[in-house]
Amino acid sequence: MSEDALIGLFVATVQFGTLVYLAALGELIAERAGVLNLGVEGMMAMGAVSGFMVGLETGSPWAAFFAAAAVGALVGGFHALVSVVLGAGQVVSGLALTIGGLGLAAYVGRNVVGERPEALFTDLGIAGLADIPWIGEIFFDQPPVVYVAVVMGLSVWFVLARTRLGLAIRAAGESAPTTDTAGHSVMALRSGAVMVGGAFAGAAGSFLSLYMAPGWVEGMVAGRGWIAVALVIFGAWRPGRLALGALLFGFTLALQPRLQSFDIELLGVQVNRISPALLGILPFVLTVVVLVIISWRYRHRPSVAPAALGLPYRREER
Amino acid sequence: MASSDADYAVWLRGIDKQFPGVIACAGADLRVRPGTIHALLGENGAGKTTMVNVLAGVYRPDVGEVWVSGRRRFFQSPADAIQAGVGMVYQEFRLVPTLTVAENIVLGAAPRLLRGSEIEQRVAELSATYGLAADPARPVWQLSMGERQRVEILKALWRNASVLVMDEPTAVLTPGEAAELGSTLQAMASEGRSVIYISHKLDQVVAFCDEATVLRRGKTVATVDNLDDVDLHELAEMMVGSSQSGALGRPPPGETGHEVLRLQGIHAVGDRGLPALTDIDLTVRSGEIVGIVGVSGNGQKELAEVISGLRPPAEGQVAVKGQDVTEASPSDRYRLGLAYVPEDRLGMGLAPKMSVVDNSVVRSYRSQRRGVFLSMSRCLEFCRGLVERFGVRVGRLNDPIAGLSGGNLQRLLLGRELAGQPSVLVAAQPSRGLDVQGVAAIQGHLVDQRAGGVGVLLISEDLDELLALSDRLLVMFEGRIVGEYGPDVTPRTILGAAMSGNPPT
Repeated sequence: MSEDALIGLFVATVQFGTLVYLAALGELIAERAGVLNLGVEGMMAMGAVSGFMVGLETGSPWAAFFAAAAVGALVGGFHALVSVVLGAGQVVSGLALTIGGLGLAAYVGRNVVGERPEALFTDLGIAGLADIPWIGEIFFDQPPVVYVAVVMGLSVWFVLARTRLGLAIRAAGESAPTTDTAGHSVMALRSGAVMVGGAFAGAAGSFLSLYMAPGWVEGMVAGRGWIAVALVIFGAWRPGRLALGALLFGFTLALQPRLQSFDIELLGVQVNRISPALLGILPFVLTVVVLVIISWRYRHRPSVAPAALGLPYRREER
Repeated sequence: MASSDADYAVWLRGIDKQFPGVIACAGADLRVRPGTIHALLGENGAGKTTMVNVLAGVYRPDVGEVWVSGRRRFFQSPADAIQAGVGMVYQEFRLVPTLTVAENIVLGAAPRLLRGSEIEQRVAELSATYGLAADPARPVWQLSMGERQRVEILKALWRNASVLVMDEPTAVLTPGEAAELGSTLQAMASEGRSVIYISHKLDQVVAFCDEATVLRRGKTVATVDNLDDVDLHELAEMMVGSSQSGALGRPPPGETGHEVLRLQGIHAVGDRGLPALTDIDLTVRSGEIVGIVGVSGNGQKELAEVISGLRPPAEGQVAVKGQDVTEASPSDRYRLGLAYVPEDRLGMGLAPKMSVVDNSVVRSYRSQRRGVFLSMSRCLEFCRGLVERFGVRVGRLNDPIAGLSGGNLQRLLLGRELAGQPSVLVAAQPSRGLDVQGVAAIQGHLVDQRAGGVGVLLISEDLDELLALSDRLLVMFEGRIVGEYGPDVTPRTILGAAMSGNPPT
């Protein structure tokens, strides 16, 4: 195997990691506020198609990126309305978002399938650093979205851990009545968190259509939304661990299409004879393993999962 | 000169609050002067919790005025009440177990940016000022109940509450912790803050409260400006009312038959791992109603659970109709003839989101089958029968049962339990919180069962009800049965035994 192929694998790892990290970070915000949103896949599809279309119109990748985030927030707002404001089941509403979002994206984008993109993100060779062998190419010659994701990760960590707003969000995810009687509006916190989460998913979707696989075809999100949902669990609802998990999951995603070309032997197994499909389920297997480990380690104390995750809240219920 | 309103820290005036089928408050008043500890007394269902929830902005009153610190308030949410200086310590603590002590305390009134060390230090200073020891950096799930309560009080102090409401504060405390709480509250009152103290532990109320309001069935029935002037018994009589209203006269004692329920040497441990029942012996014969008297929290709940099979006893034996059922499951006991109406109707007795029909047949679905499948028409027929026989007012039978009023829920639950034609009925607080017709209907059914030869064990906090219905009364105190009385015992004797554990003779 050539050195270029290996570097290419790691470059793609960072990019796939960024894709699932952004989406998972949004889901993390919603879940820390107590709302499970299984609609990530649908929100990403909507972000991908709307980002691509705004790119066609404006020619500006940044305008496209932010438009996709706005569309994601709007779609997330639907979930907030149904499950937070109206108190319906979060699982049902989230699944509806995935199914409906995929369908709506296909409809909206039916006339732009296969069109040549007008707006693309390009790699930022960061002066000086990009020339370092290996490291430079993998970490310092990437599209700007990669660095946006890093900044967003740090920001989300900071807001959750170090601000009043973050404390209120975490409290809403653990115990809604406590948060309410402390004088915070649970509805506003949760709705806000879901919409911000939607914006992250939408932005992630546009990273797909504006850089990773420029263009729009139906089904291009290809299950990465579900990987993001699994990643939140894998990362134990912590932004930092989420980043590690994103690199790991990104690695499996990057490896999948390259597997056949790697003519090497690992632990006595010829790597290129492993089915890529098997690699595709690896993130989910890892998530289950982590879930089991977490449940075991936390058997004598409160779980790491937000305690109120999935529970609607109404005040005057006796 | 300020108007007289301004003299009160809190004035709840003519509060009415109804929930579907339940009248929680009907013109209740509460006036609290600044710098005092004010006891709010009453039995369960008297409206105490509803009153303080109105004050805390959780409920909005249907009618009535809320005044805090001399100004009329219109609370739309708990946030408004907090703003007005009301600090509430709920019976079930409102704390986030995974957050630290400091984070819990500042939640709701935190600086925009949090530096862990900084807020921890400020919380430590606050807890030192009031002598309320609590390690600010520890997560709350590691704390004892007493420590959690201190965190709740610190939370109110952090927001500089001028009124602190404590709902049944000592229910979860050890006696040592309870005494400590008393001195903390007195220290707060001496700073000019007011404390509203809800409890039914009268000895504690007399020990450290200054004034009192007594609620009964949603109305204020007495106010005491100086608690030093009254004794325990007077207070207890105000709470339960000594009028023998007895909506239905007790029918003359009938023939009591054979033993249908026997407990021998029962010991059991409560939820917190402390002994809840100690050496309980009791028998119920067919055709009698045996009443269990006691201030709540003295083992009544555990007693009902041991009999119904939900809580395994540590020692001792339970027998139904002479058959040892100590090891038997709740459903085996039901089939043997033991029916159980639990205290927590909608939590334990019925499944709120399931339909009226489904709730009707959960006990007896085995007999509604056709082959291996449930026969929907038989279930429906069975449910209709219950609804008719027990006068349940209900909309569509396939709607969730949670939509029924308290009285109708209880009618259906009682009907379901009685449908199996039991020989023993254990009823825990069967008429609590019901309106007048509901109470009369439920009590009527209990008397009918007795006439039909069922042995009834009635656990209640309503002394009138117990005196009106029971053939024998057993008094529980701290997990023991401390006295047994016939039907013509005076309320005062019973109260003395129930509160002190020493039956006057």
